[in-house]
Amino acid sequence: MNTPDRPPAPPLDIRGLRLRLPRTARPVLDGVDLTVGAGETVALVGESGSGKTLTSRSVLRLLPTGAATEGTVRVAGDDVLAMDPEQLRHLRTGTAAMIFQDPRAAINPLRRIGDFLTESLRLNTATPPAEATRRASTLLEAVGLTDAALRRYPGQLSGGMLQRVMIAAALMGEPALLLADEPTTALDVTTQAEVVSLLGDLRERFGTGLLFVTHDLGLAAAISDRVYVMYAGRIAETGPADALFSRPRHPYTAALLGSTPRLDAPPGRLVAIDGQPPGLQVELAGCPFAPRCGYATDLCRDQAPAARPLPGDPARLVACHHSDRLEGSALDG
Amino acid sequence: MSTAALPRRRVLARIRTSRAPLNLLCLAFVALVVALAVLAPWLVPHDPNAVDLGNALGGPSADHLLGVDASGRDTLSRLITGARTSLLGPLGVVVFSTLAGVAVGVVSAWRGGWLDSVLSRGTELIFAFPGMLLAILVVSLYGEGLTAPVLALAVAYLPYVSRLTRSLVLAERERPYVAAYQVQGHSAWQICLRHVVPAIAPVVLAQSTINFGYALIDLAGLSFLGLGVPALTPDWGRMVFDGESAIQSGYPLSAILPCAAIVLTVVAFNVVGERWADQVARRDR
Amino acid sequence: MSPLRSTLPRSGLLRFAVRRLVEMAATLFGASFLIFGAMYLAPGNPASFLLSGRSASPAALKAINDQYHLNDPFAVQYLRWLGQVLHGDFGRSIEYRTSVSSLLAARLPSTLLLVAMALVLVLAFGLALGWIGAVRGGATDSAILVSTTFAVATPSFVAAVLLQGLFAVKLGWFPTNGTGSGPVSMLWHLTLPAVALALYLIGMLARVTRAAMLDVLGQEHVTVARSRGLAERRVIQRHVFRNALGTVLTTGGLIVSTLLICTVLVESAFSVGGIGQLLELSTTTKDFPVVQAISLIIVGLFMAVNLVVDLLHPLVDPRIALGSGRSAG
Repeated sequence: MNTPDRPPAPPLDIRGLRLRLPRTARPVLDGVDLTVGAGETVALVGESGSGKTLTSRSVLRLLPTGAATEGTVRVAGDDVLAMDPEQLRHLRTGTAAMIFQDPRAAINPLRRIGDFLTESLRLNTATPPAEATRRASTLLEAVGLTDAALRRYPGQLSGGMLQRVMIAAALMGEPALLLADEPTTALDVTTQAEVVSLLGDLRERFGTGLLFVTHDLGLAAAISDRVYVMYAGRIAETGPADALFSRPRHPYTAALLGSTPRLDAPPGRLVAIDGQPPGLQVELAGCPFAPRCGYATDLCRDQAPAARPLPGDPARLVACHHSDRLEGSALDG
Repeated sequence: MSTAALPRRRVLARIRTSRAPLNLLCLAFVALVVALAVLAPWLVPHDPNAVDLGNALGGPSADHLLGVDASGRDTLSRLITGARTSLLGPLGVVVFSTLAGVAVGVVSAWRGGWLDSVLSRGTELIFAFPGMLLAILVVSLYGEGLTAPVLALAVAYLPYVSRLTRSLVLAERERPYVAAYQVQGHSAWQICLRHVVPAIAPVVLAQSTINFGYALIDLAGLSFLGLGVPALTPDWGRMVFDGESAIQSGYPLSAILPCAAIVLTVVAFNVVGERWADQVARRDR
Repeated sequence: MSPLRSTLPRSGLLRFAVRRLVEMAATLFGASFLIFGAMYLAPGNPASFLLSGRSASPAALKAINDQYHLNDPFAVQYLRWLGQVLHGDFGRSIEYRTSVSSLLAARLPSTLLLVAMALVLVLAFGLALGWIGAVRGGATDSAILVSTTFAVATPSFVAAVLLQGLFAVKLGWFPTNGTGSGPVSMLWHLTLPAVALALYLIGMLARVTRAAMLDVLGQEHVTVARSRGLAERRVIQRHVFRNALGTVLTTGGLIVSTLLICTVLVESAFSVGGIGQLLELSTTTKDFPVVQAISLIIVGLFMAVNLVVDLLHPLVDPRIALGSGRSAG
């Protein structure tokens, strides 16, 4: 798929996002660049603690107290980080919506499903209640539920049904951008597949951009057009899904894909990633992945690599001093 | 979920750091009051019951550091001696209610069945009587005194201890080590006494520390009504009652001091107990 | 407007209500048994206990016997007494030689007004302080935390004596004691007693509300509500306070019974001629029929309020009516 380069601003455009929490030594997010085009599905992949959840939440400015930000997060052209409360509410009601990880925890158990679906429209816009309810039942049908669910309490629905409700709720404001934060992790395997295919269908039908946050590489490969791999608050590598997964050019991506071709290891052996991602109390001098990387040199430990396009493949950006050394390795298919 | 957990952790950290000195202060205050109560006979500057009507309602002086009351009795001496009865009563309530409550709670959790439902019904019945009411009922039967109200309050506080114990024992029972001991042929009593009770003791004792403050409030209230300790015994609740008339004559000190003694002691016991409970809860998490 | 319409299993709710009603009747039966049987626990025989300190004239003995039928078997005595109580007849006061019901009726208005005023204070300040503490945080929260720590450590009689000393004696803003006559004067006389009565419970309710709201504030669905553009005020109203309400509601019985029993102390301190003062006087004079009647009323009201709370709870928290023990996560 080609990136659409028509004039209208893309649903999401993050530039140089840096986010610092109180009493930490390094920024949790350190210069994140990320875009989601209209109708495009983009996966954001990383271990827990890599900052992927924080990145997606910063799009709605759901930040922990005391967080300090730099850079811009533009949703449909407007910078979220610079919005006044009124604009922010408008953004959250309509332009962008988030689907959360655990629907059982994300929906107030004491309120009816109908109330949950319609409250943001009823309280934030001039939509008459009957109109909001009508839209809610249309969307419930679109996600494969009947409008009998409107009068149910969350405790009366299964986890999979609740996640469908969550998706319908996200679509209530006709968003240009959907953010899905590990939307299938809390579900069982068969339900996961249903929810994933539902998300794909809806994205096509409603033409929204979708940022899909996950730690599951297989899922990312299956659903997304493009992928961002995140490590320690930075984008390690990005590119079209098939190219990135078949020919990873960052050692971390390669490691995530399961077989780390290490120069010092006997050929043909699969090795897990040693060590831990750096904590927030550690200041990072060079490449954050260097301590765990088989390719690391003194250069990596001293100087953080900037994201550079691959020679001959401008759609792919890799933040590694030694990306060329992965060329033609065992992983390339 | 890093973002969801962050604000919470921050709040906890703030409470932990900002409350530590307060907790130490309260601990020190408890120690001070207990020391005063224990050493009272050697500390009091005057006989707490020595009446000196010529000097009634005198203010603080070199001889009477905190002044005297409407009968000319030395306030400092009465406060120090009063600490004895004011602490001894709640101590009795807490000891009785804790021992009996733990026994009831352990038995109903471990045995379950009809015994559990009988004990639970009984607990519910006692819950319907506020401690103070039970104490007043007992006083109306046996007349004024300290023993009967202490026992009545012990009964009234028992359900709080037994319910807590019951739920803790039920949770503790599910832990693998209990099954391990059972497999090794240890008797239920052995497991309960040697392992389960020591494991739940900190939580129960923290609750009992908080109960101490409430028992002190109830017993001081009875003395205030003239239904608790005999009239001449120095006691903080009684001193508040005596001081009420002093207040009306525009001399508040002899009433304010016992009031402050009661409030500060209860605050100290509550803070120490709650902090202890918090620590235990954090350790268990 | 009941939030339960249509989806909830109505029969289940009805069964629940009936079960609670039966349980409450059983507990009340047990409590009345204790209150009646208590006089057999007194030293000496019941007749001499009931007459303690008074002349045991044949007429007095006959009056006692007419009321308690002490020669009958215990079970018969108890059931007859219970039957009379259920008809609103609490017997005759030994001290005042009139019916207990008329004694109570004369003193009920001032106590009711006092308790009602205190209840209003408790609900208004308790909920507000808890809400503000949980939502504002920071220095406001710390101030509320410290002041409620002191409030829950201040017995009502201590509050009564201190308030009296400051606002009635020193400043002269309020009368020192008595009940006053006429509605305005009664409100005027009962203001300080009501504050003294309410202080502890304000602290207690504020702490319960604050803790319950903080618990909800940490839950994911609150973040979700914010992520959907709801104004913070709405989030707190519709999700945080709404979900904390169930926990707050469970303190209802405790609040009412504490208010009632503490009138003993506050009415004595302010010489308010109400039920509490009557309980104190009849305890001192061993006027046991009056003690029995007031005890029964306090216990009965505690259980009645708890029953109402239990019946309201499924309306506030549909999870209870649905029978799923799932927590909010």
